[in-house]
Amino acid sequence: MAFGPFLLLAVMEGLVTSAVLALAAAGLSLVFGVMRVVNVAHGEFFMLGAVLAWVVAALVPGPPALAFVAALVIAPLLVGALAAAADALVLKRLNYDPEATIVATIGLLYMIQQATLSLYGPNANPVAAPFDWRIQLPWFGYSGYKLFVILAAVGVLLALWTFMNRTRAGLIMRATQVDRTTARSFGINVDRVYMGTFALGAGLAALAGVLIVPISQAHYLMGGDPLLLSFIVVIIGGLGSLRGTLIAALVIGLSDGVISMFFTPTLAKILATLLVAMVLVFRPQGLFGAKV
Amino acid sequence: MASVIEMPLIRTRDLTLHFGGLRAVDGVDFTLGSGDIHALIGPNGAGKTTFVGLLAGRRMPQSGQIFLAGEDITRLPAHARVRKGIAYTFQITSIFPRLTVFDNVAIAVQTHGTKDLSTRTRAALARVGLDGLQAQEAQTLSYGHQRLLELAMGLALRPRVLILDEPTQGLAASEIEGFKSLVRSLVPEVTVLLIEHNMEVVMDIATRITVLNFGQVLATGTPAEIRASPAVQEAYLGA
Amino acid sequence: MKVWTLHLGLIVVLFAAQFWLSPYHSTNLARIMVLAVFAMGYNLAFGYTGLLSLGHALFFAAGMYGAGLPAQLWGVTAGPALILGILAGGGMAAAVGLLALRTAGVSFMIVTLMFAQAGYLAILYFAAVTGGDEGFTLPAAARSIAGLDLSSDTPRFLAALTLFAVGLLVSLALVRSPFGRSMVAIRENEERSRMLGLNPFTVKLVALVLSGLYAGAAGAAYGILFGYAGASFATIQYSILPMLYVLLGGAGTILGPFLGAALMFALIEVASGVTSAYLFLVGAALVALVLFAPRGILGTIRERWAKWLP
Repeated sequence: MAFGPFLLLAVMEGLVTSAVLALAAAGLSLVFGVMRVVNVAHGEFFMLGAVLAWVVAALVPGPPALAFVAALVIAPLLVGALAAAADALVLKRLNYDPEATIVATIGLLYMIQQATLSLYGPNANPVAAPFDWRIQLPWFGYSGYKLFVILAAVGVLLALWTFMNRTRAGLIMRATQVDRTTARSFGINVDRVYMGTFALGAGLAALAGVLIVPISQAHYLMGGDPLLLSFIVVIIGGLGSLRGTLIAALVIGLSDGVISMFFTPTLAKILATLLVAMVLVFRPQGLFGAKV
Repeated sequence: MASVIEMPLIRTRDLTLHFGGLRAVDGVDFTLGSGDIHALIGPNGAGKTTFVGLLAGRRMPQSGQIFLAGEDITRLPAHARVRKGIAYTFQITSIFPRLTVFDNVAIAVQTHGTKDLSTRTRAALARVGLDGLQAQEAQTLSYGHQRLLELAMGLALRPRVLILDEPTQGLAASEIEGFKSLVRSLVPEVTVLLIEHNMEVVMDIATRITVLNFGQVLATGTPAEIRASPAVQEAYLGA
Repeated sequence: MKVWTLHLGLIVVLFAAQFWLSPYHSTNLARIMVLAVFAMGYNLAFGYTGLLSLGHALFFAAGMYGAGLPAQLWGVTAGPALILGILAGGGMAAAVGLLALRTAGVSFMIVTLMFAQAGYLAILYFAAVTGGDEGFTLPAAARSIAGLDLSSDTPRFLAALTLFAVGLLVSLALVRSPFGRSMVAIRENEERSRMLGLNPFTVKLVALVLSGLYAGAAGAAYGILFGYAGASFATIQYSILPMLYVLLGGAGTILGPFLGAALMFALIEVASGVTSAYLFLVGAALVALVLFAPRGILGTIRERWAKWLP
């Protein structure tokens, strides 16, 4: 294959990565932005989304498309409910103390991951894509499902943006983000906003997990990489800035695809983690965030 | 009068710090004479706490200079100024609540080395009359005792200048009397700069007074001069 | 007096334990003592200075490879290897601290996490030297000191006990020294400490380097005594474990790290016999501790009954 088409393929693969990453990172960014909670268990919500997609696919009879649509609805709802429970039972009782919640979400990470190992087992399982037509380009064929993932992510993110900026619930969330004490004095039920935000953030991660599972497979340890990448995206994009997060997801996703053609993935990851550390030390508002 | 030109202990030149549009400290030229009890007064929001914060190094000025005994300390970090002899006590009592009274003061004492640490710590506590309470956890002290502890921590630094931000706030009348005689006993070894709202205390113990208003020096002089100044009457005392 | 009796007493009891424990259990106790040294180091940073690091695996691994690689490549023997490992741990902590201590709180946690992750990946990347995931076994020469074979039970136990005893007594002396008081002052009220003439950055950096020296010593000893160095010791799990030990035993208590390490080790030992998902316990313990006992076992005992406990 000539270099041009090769690069095109890399860019398309990068866009798929960006799309999934943007969804997962948007959830992490939302939770940090509104609640000031760094959720280390975020990758496990992603993993649960993928594993639940497999469970739903196994339980729902009929064509793969039907099972997949069911998974798209059920998995984020279940994961969101689990997150809401975690908020009520753990995070709220810690009064959202930043350091204590990190320790607690590390605990949740182990609990979710190991419970999945017990119930689901150590194997990686595939889920059939809802459809399997391919787009034939002049140089190579490309999976139509991957294009669908990109479109679906764009759609969900647009919906999220509209929700945050055009609805009353979104306004309340933004008000809480700015100042929770003032929000409370205006009669906003901050506890409910936090629970909803945590559930929404987890739901977005789960949705990303459902979308990825026909491309990769469902495995109980699959939460690690998305967690790391989401962290990178959220920090480089500026903590709590949704727009910065999306830009960073695009940059990281694309460069991940392109860079891995030239570097080994391990070296790329080393550079990325060091970049994140340096950004936090020298430019804590992120590379794309406005200076506070 | 003897015309010995003494170098002022602290001098500021055109010291300025604005927060956005708010001119908290606006071109302040200020002189603190050695051995004085110098009171800083002015209405709320006049920039008194911000100004002493600049002296102590809690904030950095946007422009202007600060000299300690002739040495430019404008860019020196707070902890280095403490070691040069500027001690600062907080307006809102700031102690180590879970440590013992002894440890609270010992942290200050060990700034000047660890020789005879416990003797020196006990001496600092005795100076403010807290020597009987050294084993108690600081958070169990009464409010008045916590203010005294704060003062003991400042004194334990063996400062040349002791900055007190509203030291009598919340004290009972009897405690204020004790405080006044304590401050008087410090000079002239220690120079005292205090922010104070209680005018009786100010007129009673201060040897010099500076009035700040909107971040600028309105007047400076002896208590009698300040009392007589029409500008001060109008802006502050008469109100 | 009471304090020294208690701590010296523990060392004597541990010494005696080798005579009635089975070889299997005394090997485990040796392992616990080495891990407790790691946790004591973590405690100096977290428990006494308030630095919540998520990157201590990096310092542990620096010690392990700092001792193991020279042994593997140039045949360095156990004594010098241990010293190299300790220095590697401290040096790594100094390098990380110079950058990471410009941040605080949550940012500090993430920065240390990222540095440790980069270190782990670097071990994988330089697999030609480090052996990557597989790791390597240490040569026999690196496992003997003064003619004693550290791979056999009794010398190994005594070596671990010696390291533990030195670590315990040094940290006891340290926290009762003026510098220990400075560390606690920074933890309790950084702004006030600054206005009492302490440079917070310096105090934190020294505390972190001391912590790194401990972690390095533990990592080096683990490699030398148990004969293996591998990338798994650099994973995030080895940053979480000392935190868990310290939280369980009691942050800011001298014996807490040992108590936490021993209890958690025993708990995992029992659970791993029952299920492959035994790490669930680690998670459950973390959540339960931050929720119900943030001061840990000895922290609670000190608060309620024994104020004198260091």
